Amino acid sequence: MPLLELKAITKDFPGVRALDGVSFDLEAGEVHALCGENGAGKSTLIKALCGYFPSGSFGGEILLDGQPVHFGNLLAGEEHGVALIAQELALVPELSVAENLTLGQEPVRRGLIRWDVVRAGARRALERVGLQVDPERPVKELGIGQQQLVEIAKALSKNARVLVLDEPTAALAEADAARLLGVLRDLRSRGVAAIYISHRLQEVFEIADRITVLRDGRSVGTERAAALTRDRVIGLMVGREVKELYPRAPVSSGAVVLQVADWSVADPDNPGRQVVGAVSFEVRAGEVLGIGGLMGAGRTALLASLFGAARGPVSGQLRLAGRSTTAPFAAPAEAIAFGVALVSEDRKRYGLLLEAGVGENLTLVALRRFARRGWLDGAAQDREAAAQCLSLRIKTPGLDTWAGQLSGGNQQKIVLGKWLLAKPRVLLLDEPTRGIDVGSKAEIYALVNRLAGSGLAVILVSSELPELLGLSHRILVLSQGRPTALIEAAQATPERVMAAATAKA
Amino acid sequence: MTEEPAGFRIPWRALTMVGALLIIWVVFSMTTEGRFLLPRNLALLVRQMSVTSLLAIGMVLVIVAGQIDLSVGALAGLLGGVSAMAFVRRGYPLPVAFLVPVLLGAFLGFLQGSLVARLRIPPFIVTLGGMLVFQGALLGLTGGVTTSPTSAYLVVGQSYLPRGIGWGVYGLLALGFALAAVRSPAPARWRWLGLIALGGLFTAVMNAYEGVPFPVLLVLVLAAALSLVAQHTPFGRHLYAIGGNREAAFYSGIPIERRLVGVFTLMGLMCGIAGVVLTARVGSATSDAGRMMELDAIAAAVIGGASLLGGRGTVWGALLGALVMASLDNGMSLMNTESFWQPIIKGAILVAAVGADIAGRKGR
Repeated sequence: MPLLELKAITKDFPGVRALDGVSFDLEAGEVHALCGENGAGKSTLIKALCGYFPSGSFGGEILLDGQPVHFGNLLAGEEHGVALIAQELALVPELSVAENLTLGQEPVRRGLIRWDVVRAGARRALERVGLQVDPERPVKELGIGQQQLVEIAKALSKNARVLVLDEPTAALAEADAARLLGVLRDLRSRGVAAIYISHRLQEVFEIADRITVLRDGRSVGTERAAALTRDRVIGLMVGREVKELYPRAPVSSGAVVLQVADWSVADPDNPGRQVVGAVSFEVRAGEVLGIGGLMGAGRTALLASLFGAARGPVSGQLRLAGRSTTAPFAAPAEAIAFGVALVSEDRKRYGLLLEAGVGENLTLVALRRFARRGWLDGAAQDREAAAQCLSLRIKTPGLDTWAGQLSGGNQQKIVLGKWLLAKPRVLLLDEPTRGIDVGSKAEIYALVNRLAGSGLAVILVSSELPELLGLSHRILVLSQGRPTALIEAAQATPERVMAAATAKA
Repeated sequence: MTEEPAGFRIPWRALTMVGALLIIWVVFSMTTEGRFLLPRNLALLVRQMSVTSLLAIGMVLVIVAGQIDLSVGALAGLLGGVSAMAFVRRGYPLPVAFLVPVLLGAFLGFLQGSLVARLRIPPFIVTLGGMLVFQGALLGLTGGVTTSPTSAYLVVGQSYLPRGIGWGVYGLLALGFALAAVRSPAPARWRWLGLIALGGLFTAVMNAYEGVPFPVLLVLVLAAALSLVAQHTPFGRHLYAIGGNREAAFYSGIPIERRLVGVFTLMGLMCGIAGVVLTARVGSATSDAGRMMELDAIAAAVIGGASLLGGRGTVWGALLGALVMASLDNGMSLMNTESFWQPIIKGAILVAAVGADIAGRKGR
């Protein structure tokens, strides 16, 4: 009897079936890897397992030791020995390692915490994961790799039997990742089971006993790792046809607008590690350059750094027609002044004033154009905003309607529209169709083509392979922040992109 | 990753604060021809800071939990008024007149905490509303008339410990510290020895005037108690966890709502004590007592190293912050600085202190 069994798990979100009858099992002392493209349903599956989605909010059954279990929240899952090590670490940075390990379960005598017991317990817990740090140190002083181990130690000290690790090595440097795998192997030999999610296929083959591949919310196969190859896993991950939904604009032989050389972005949270390393490329007027790669590959960090909004220090040359220096932009304002526009992946957070009108949002970037002697010309603003609504087919009851009240597709068109009003030369698109309906997607594809056709240089980041393959003239693939392939549209296949995206950089 | 020894951590922050305080003192002693450092003035200084200190050592816990309480000045004023009225107008015995405001304060704190924790109304709003309500209540209660309790009441605000008793209390403490020093490892031992020296110096200076002021003793005792609560009880550590990373605290099974109600209740209780001391120190309860004191308390906590984002701050730091603020007030008065300068300088120092702290943290 398997230690853990998930039977026919089905989970619906409004408009989408994220999981469709997925079954999965885990033996004691086994590492079972879960693979799949972005959006294949891996995270949804483990959230259902661990109690993040309360029991009842999804279909199917979860059996632990053959007994059905129902977790109302993550805590309930932990009490049954199922612990989630999420990408977002659940540690209190200001508290010491020892305190974090006992948080919520402090040993107390006569109202006071027994620090000797806390420290002794912390030492034991740290020993189990082979981490040698002073338990008195505040967690914030530890590197991310060490924090990850603290988190595992914390789960183990709560008697976790099933560790669920969601991309545990995504933010780690090579050596730390290797250590983590060593710890997992050691724990496995002592009977702890783990579900391991990672985009790094090499790691998956190093650590996993079995591999399950998810695609579009369904399980497309579970095999012993020894019986699989990397290519086979990639084939299972992408295994779908790319339909020619995407009328690509003809390749233009325009002049080079943007040229980037030896471009690196340091990781602000992890000194010594680079989120983007030694990337070089150029984009011509009228060209769509696609950036492929898996989550955490550095695509978003690359776009943000080109726009002067990187979180860490940037190095490299950025040549833009009409700009005398090659230094990276210091701030978005500078990038905008040189005609660079960024449509970010999270439009609600970075793109829109949700509680401001459509018209106000549309004219925000180009606001200075509407100023007459320091006063805004409201009539001109409304005129241009209305024209933009018409040309982008933004469906809104009026210009005063709050942006937050519109559908995702219309919101995205507002973000695009506000940048187009600023008349950019380089358009950076980060996941421009995330979370919007099929109809709006088609309209945005058409718009991207039209813009490229009119001479704009476009850089497109997309996790949807068909979209990336369909819109781009060339595709630059990143893996762990480093370029692993530059593929011409004619030669681009899902397998080639995915192989480069999972390649060891 | 390499083996790291459990080394002694130099408390740079605390040293910086003490250094800044010493600089302020040196400057004032020069500009006042030494009058600032006379025992008489130092005794006045620590008495002046007693009420703010009582509020600041409670406020720091509220801030550590990532909350804020704007009502403490008004609440202390109201409770001081209630206490005076109970004693003077109603003729309640003294212990009752002291206990009623403390219990009432705890109850009002509990009420505000419940609104924050259970109804999820932002603490800024709840306590801003509370401040207005308490100010109005005090005005209504006193009818604008000042109530002056008799001398029996004023003991808690104005009396001094007889010198012998002062030394006696110090002796007992020093004995305890010495025992702790013997039992602790080398680096921590210096801390205990330092406390023995500091305590001796403090007692000597206070006794060179009239003795250790009773309200100051009260502040020290309560600060020690609250520091113990903050550092060595689950309640205290949970406040740090909630302020530091609320999600992590939740998923560690910490009862967040109960802890928040608890810390606001504790703050209310401290307001009761501060209110009584305020009335006793001033000698009367007025209709605008306690006004703006919440800002002094918050400033003291922040100068003392608390972060308004939560998760950081200590009780002793807040006390040190209160001492900085009181030193500025006192020193500028001694120099006969025009009174309009005092809030200007205090404001500038508050912003500069936090700015220096943020710059210092970026540098590391």
